[in-house]
Amino acid sequence: MNSMLDRLAQEFHITDVVERRPGLTTISVDKDLAETLIRELRDREGYTHLNFMTAIDQIEHGMFTLVYMLHNYERKSTLSVHVDIEREEAEMTSIHTLWAQAWTYQRELRELWGIRFPGSPRLDEDFCLEGWEDIPPMRREFDTVEFCERTFVSRDGRHTEDPREHMHEVMFPTRGGDN
Amino acid sequence: MIKSLSTEATLENAGLSPEERELFCNARPKAYEPYPIKAVEDFANWCRANSLWILAFGTGCGAIELRPLMTARFDANRFGVAGRPTPRQSSVFIIGGYSSVKTLKRIVRSYEQMQGPKFVIALGICPVNGGMYWDSYNTIKRLDQYIPVDLYITGCMPRPEVLVGGLVELKKMIKAGQCDGANRYVENFDWYKANQKRVIKNWNMPDYNW
Amino acid sequence: MDEWLTRIGYFSLTLLIVTTYGLIMGAFIERIIAKVQGRVGIPYSQPFINILKNIFKRTAVSHGVMFYLGPVFRMAGGIGTLAFIPVIYGSEVFGNFSMAGDLFLVIYFMFFGQLGMALGAGESGHPYSAIGVARGLGQMTSYEVPFALAVIAIVIQYETLSITEIVAAQQGGWQNWTLFTNPVATAAAMLAFLGMTGYSPFDIFLAPQEIPIGPPTEFHSAYLSLLQANRALFGATKLILFMNLFFGGATGLLELMIKTWLIYMVAIAVGVAFPRFRVDQSIRFFLKVPTVIGIAAIVYVQMVIQQ
Repeated sequence: MNSMLDRLAQEFHITDVVERRPGLTTISVDKDLAETLIRELRDREGYTHLNFMTAIDQIEHGMFTLVYMLHNYERKSTLSVHVDIEREEAEMTSIHTLWAQAWTYQRELRELWGIRFPGSPRLDEDFCLEGWEDIPPMRREFDTVEFCERTFVSRDGRHTEDPREHMHEVMFPTRGGDN
Repeated sequence: MIKSLSTEATLENAGLSPEERELFCNARPKAYEPYPIKAVEDFANWCRANSLWILAFGTGCGAIELRPLMTARFDANRFGVAGRPTPRQSSVFIIGGYSSVKTLKRIVRSYEQMQGPKFVIALGICPVNGGMYWDSYNTIKRLDQYIPVDLYITGCMPRPEVLVGGLVELKKMIKAGQCDGANRYVENFDWYKANQKRVIKNWNMPDYNW
Repeated sequence: MDEWLTRIGYFSLTLLIVTTYGLIMGAFIERIIAKVQGRVGIPYSQPFINILKNIFKRTAVSHGVMFYLGPVFRMAGGIGTLAFIPVIYGSEVFGNFSMAGDLFLVIYFMFFGQLGMALGAGESGHPYSAIGVARGLGQMTSYEVPFALAVIAIVIQYETLSITEIVAAQQGGWQNWTLFTNPVATAAAMLAFLGMTGYSPFDIFLAPQEIPIGPPTEFHSAYLSLLQANRALFGATKLILFMNLFFGGATGLLELMIKTWLIYMVAIAVGVAFPRFRVDQSIRFFLKVPTVIGIAAIVYVQMVIQQ
């Protein structure tokens, strides 16, 4: 595993190799070489199963991190390939030519994050959000509670308790301090 | 389809294209009266209460509690309950749990195709005030804003025994003549429709699904 | 005139009794199945309550004239079939309008009901109704072949087209039943009967899990109550027809009930043992072995009985 990564690190400029747990390693690669690296992993290194494809919203750095989770049945190890793309006008090459089922993940990414994959089949279909008019809801600037209060009517008499306040004031009132 | 020949106000069906508009009925629904003779109405209510046909549409988490209800251990058949696959023939609509906006469109469509008297049971706490999904952008919080609800069975999810208790309660209400959700829907039709159209943005079906 | 009025009165009584009997037997079978599954099952009054509930529905949606007439044709087929079958042999009350050529008339009425239903279901515009109708009619056409061959065999055997005379020829002891004088024809007809009941394993065209229940998909309220009543009536009528043709008829109500119940249990016993067949499998089945048995029945009659 490490020898494979050393070999590939030279060619593909792989960074941030972290072993999360035995059997799961994450690596980062540039956007331009990502598809070639994934193809190399699928064809020559035995990572033939695409577990899933998703995105992490790093709003502080102004980018999305696409995560491709690949699995190798012989070595029984999972490799997670992280690719950074910019947040505004997010676009990435489509991998539906490598795994046909990737079109579902790419449709979901377009619907919920707004990341486009040119060439991916059925990309502009609405799957869970029919008639959605707001920004893609999985972006962190989308305030879901405010949207809820704006769109849906709730019933009166809802009473919320913060557990921390409840413990301070009701359960342990004599104990002081803010720890 | 039969078109409305009366001069009373008809529905716009603005969500349909002009070619499709001719194919769908644009009459408003009408409320039904109870039978004039009280004995007949009581007998009819007794029959409706003892033959509850549930629409086999598992809308959410409640579907997983409906399945054991039909099997040998809890046996809903002895209460007169049977599952029907089409809304035309069923009289009870059990909304099992949360409803996403996408499901709500189908719920409205199925509910309007059912024939009166029809009853709605809301299962779980999600139709009451949002439940676990109170802050979700995709699920509605109060079901009775969109279709009239006759009975709430709370829980997350209630066990089949609780469901049986709820069905017995529904039977009592039907025999007492208190279940008129279908008439409530017709009387407040514009209010319900406005609520539905506020959340269901891609309204490509007629205003009332006859 | 008075005689006709009394006969119609007696026929109405027969209709009521046969429908009630069909409904109760349906409930009885459901309870037996429930017992096998370890639960209590529906109350005996459930089929009646279902029909009444559908009658008491306050709204209905019609799709046109043919949609309205579909259940009417079906009921007409059921009533017409019963009208010409003597329910109890030798009884004036339950003798119905039996006459000279009534066997072919009965077979016509059986097919006529299904056709009317098909027209009504097609008018509803529901695509699943159309698929169900195609499946149902395809199956019906294929199981009519062995049934018609068996009927021709016993017509040649008894040299009459009147059901009353066929029953009369089977009186005088159980050895005279067609079951024992012409077992080949009985076998062909009983195999066709399995398809006729619309029960498992030939129930693909109206099973609830199959593209919602086929032809009755769009029928509701009072239309559905007509169809439900007809289902019980028609089922009981087919059993009575089979009892008259092959199992010696009945001379009393008790004998009628026992014989028809036993014939229905044959269909149930086969039904619980087999999974549901696809339409092409069932059509292929009916056109192979039962048809050959039907042809063998005619040959049997010619060679063995007529000697």
